[in-house]
Amino acid sequence: MPINLNATFTQLDNFGHSLKSTCYRIQVAKTEDIHEAFQLAKKLGLTVTARGTGLSYNDASLNGGGITLDMTGMNKILEWDPASGVVRCESGVTLEQLWKRVEPDGWWPPVVSGTMKTTLGGCLAANIHGKNNYRVGPIGEHVLEFTAMLPTGALVTCAPKKNADLFHAMISGLGMLGVFTTVTMKMKHIHSGLISVDAWHVKNLKHQLNSLLEHAPDHDYIVGWLDTTAKGKSLGRGQIHAANNLKEGEDPNAQETMKLSHQHLPDRLFGVMPKKLLHYLMNPFLNNLGVWAINTGKYISALRDHTFRQSHAEYHFLLDYVPDWERSFGRGGLIQYQSFLPKETAEEAWREMLELSHRRGLPSYLGVTKRHRPDKFLLTHAVDGFSLAMDFKVTDKNRARLHALLQEFDRIVLSGGGRFYFAKNSETSAETTRAFLGDEVVAKFKKLKKRCDPNGLLESDLYRRIFK
Amino acid sequence: MRVARLDALQWGCSFLEDYVSDTFPAGDSPKPFDRTQDRPAPATPLIPRRRGIIVGASAGLGAALARKLSCEGYALALLGRSKDRLESLGNEINASGGYARAYAHDVSEFHKVPYLLRQVVAELGGLDLVVYVAGVNLPPGGIDKYSFENDRKMVEVNLIGAMAWLTPVAEMFQSAKAGQIVGISSVAGDRGRVGNPGYNTSKAGLTTYLEALRNRLTRHGVNVLTVKPGFMMTEMLKAAQGATPFAIPPEKAADDIWEAMKKRKQVVYTASIWRWIMLAIQHTPSFIFRRLTF
Repeated sequence: MPINLNATFTQLDNFGHSLKSTCYRIQVAKTEDIHEAFQLAKKLGLTVTARGTGLSYNDASLNGGGITLDMTGMNKILEWDPASGVVRCESGVTLEQLWKRVEPDGWWPPVVSGTMKTTLGGCLAANIHGKNNYRVGPIGEHVLEFTAMLPTGALVTCAPKKNADLFHAMISGLGMLGVFTTVTMKMKHIHSGLISVDAWHVKNLKHQLNSLLEHAPDHDYIVGWLDTTAKGKSLGRGQIHAANNLKEGEDPNAQETMKLSHQHLPDRLFGVMPKKLLHYLMNPFLNNLGVWAINTGKYISALRDHTFRQSHAEYHFLLDYVPDWERSFGRGGLIQYQSFLPKETAEEAWREMLELSHRRGLPSYLGVTKRHRPDKFLLTHAVDGFSLAMDFKVTDKNRARLHALLQEFDRIVLSGGGRFYFAKNSETSAETTRAFLGDEVVAKFKKLKKRCDPNGLLESDLYRRIFK
Repeated sequence: MRVARLDALQWGCSFLEDYVSDTFPAGDSPKPFDRTQDRPAPATPLIPRRRGIIVGASAGLGAALARKLSCEGYALALLGRSKDRLESLGNEINASGGYARAYAHDVSEFHKVPYLLRQVVAELGGLDLVVYVAGVNLPPGGIDKYSFENDRKMVEVNLIGAMAWLTPVAEMFQSAKAGQIVGISSVAGDRGRVGNPGYNTSKAGLTTYLEALRNRLTRHGVNVLTVKPGFMMTEMLKAAQGATPFAIPPEKAADDIWEAMKKRKQVVYTASIWRWIMLAIQHTPSFIFRRLTF
């Protein structure tokens, strides 16, 4: 029974529910389906974008008026070898599926995002980083091999030394050169289901960045919470969470803590209230005054420096701790502005940005800092320095002012030699993109695109925004 | 009607058969859309941009709505028979910072609608709104005159043209669980009168069709607004017979319609006084109404 293409018309949105886009959504279950979808798109003159679970903060997986391939059906773990830690998966496999498969055998994904719901295809397209970016690089550095379907119909296999140019361009390439079909990765060996976390407070921005810099070499992971509402001498204060994997023998109950049941994120608060209702309670506090109170309270509670152990899932997947927390930002949703700055210019630039946001009455509601190092991927966002991610609430009233503020931020970041991350920022313009990537990189990417996608079938709203 | 077979089927996979349907009219060879032309800038959370189609945008209320919706941030596809007038209007909107693109189209060419709709959606970069304004008023020339040709034309343009457009649009919006449909009916559809049976019929049909769509789609989150204008100072006013009380400029009607769209109303009369006039007319007993001469 044929189904009209009209009946696949769908409204999709971004993670922050601040942007909606309509498209034809086609579910794919196998590699041949992707090829057929390309043929259909070519026939109809439509564009194509692959989408996993749609958790980018921006328009990376949106394709207004075109075809969006729903990749979540390609979600099989094809091979897993607990002896070597090598896993081969279809690209729609989520990090949640992956860690739940490998963790009981003593392995953990080498790089994970703040949510476990992302798909490997999306992770590669954005070349995600984790709290250990300064030590192990982005996820692309742990990919042994991937296969991808190009719009030409070719199924290519890429590895660091096989089709190396494509390997380093497709990973980080926003899904604009081809659609990932399978990914082979090496997992990281762990000796316990627990991770040891050191938590300490930092009094200001300088202290925050110095802590990240000095303590990163001693820890496997490091991340900072930044009180975005603090001003004056306390500007940039917050708390550092630095963690180390336990060594063999450090956890006497390793066999027990490695069990999946030990990695469970509780779905109820105090064992009673379902966490999925929490965002309704959070909503009334998501205003400038409420967020100031929350941040201040959090900083006071952070004054007690301490060390503790928690499960890998609890440490890594903070965004999953309160389901649908992003809905607490209300009808207009949220956006995130993440900037990457060299360690020499970061403090001055972020001081200027934080002060500017306060002067404009547009404070960020959440700030997170990380330590980074450069990598070799073509559209890389990394620098030898730090990143600061800032969440902003979007309302009908603040859109124009917030847009103007972020334009100012872009100018400050560019003048500090900074970069941007294509899975996060939603307002970066083509001019800003060209300014930080450089003409040579843009030209190289477009040349590869012409080779892989001569008819220009692969396009997303993000691609049109930053490359056209 | 399934007329396009894909090369992709060489893979021996029937997956896409499910997605191929009435994309191309029988006999027409499929032509890829022109993607080299400028498309509206992608929307961002801080610069939102909705996308709308106005069917019948050449003049009068359609043109006024185009100007209004452009000011409210819509990227627009302007459809109508007169490409020159549409392009002139499009240039005016583009020069003022909006986005509009003209498409020549005769709504009575029903078979062209599915392909054109897909083209417009691709070139606009999505679809949030469809406004059906196209309409003709061809009175028979007196209460003792009859014209099947005129009646047929009015039903084709005012009603079947709307059904040709709104059927696929309703299907898409129902699937998307989002969207807004605005249909320009008329107070003339509220009661059958002696002056222009064909026009009354076409508008009554449109009103009922829109109501039926609303009853289908509201549960899916889609708003269907029926607009019932009285007299408007447009070219169509010339077809009116007799007095034309409470005539308003199309710009005023466009403002009323935008307010109703924002509130996601179901029915709006413009000017608003027509709600009360038509209430009285609807409740006038037939034995009196059939003796009237308007």
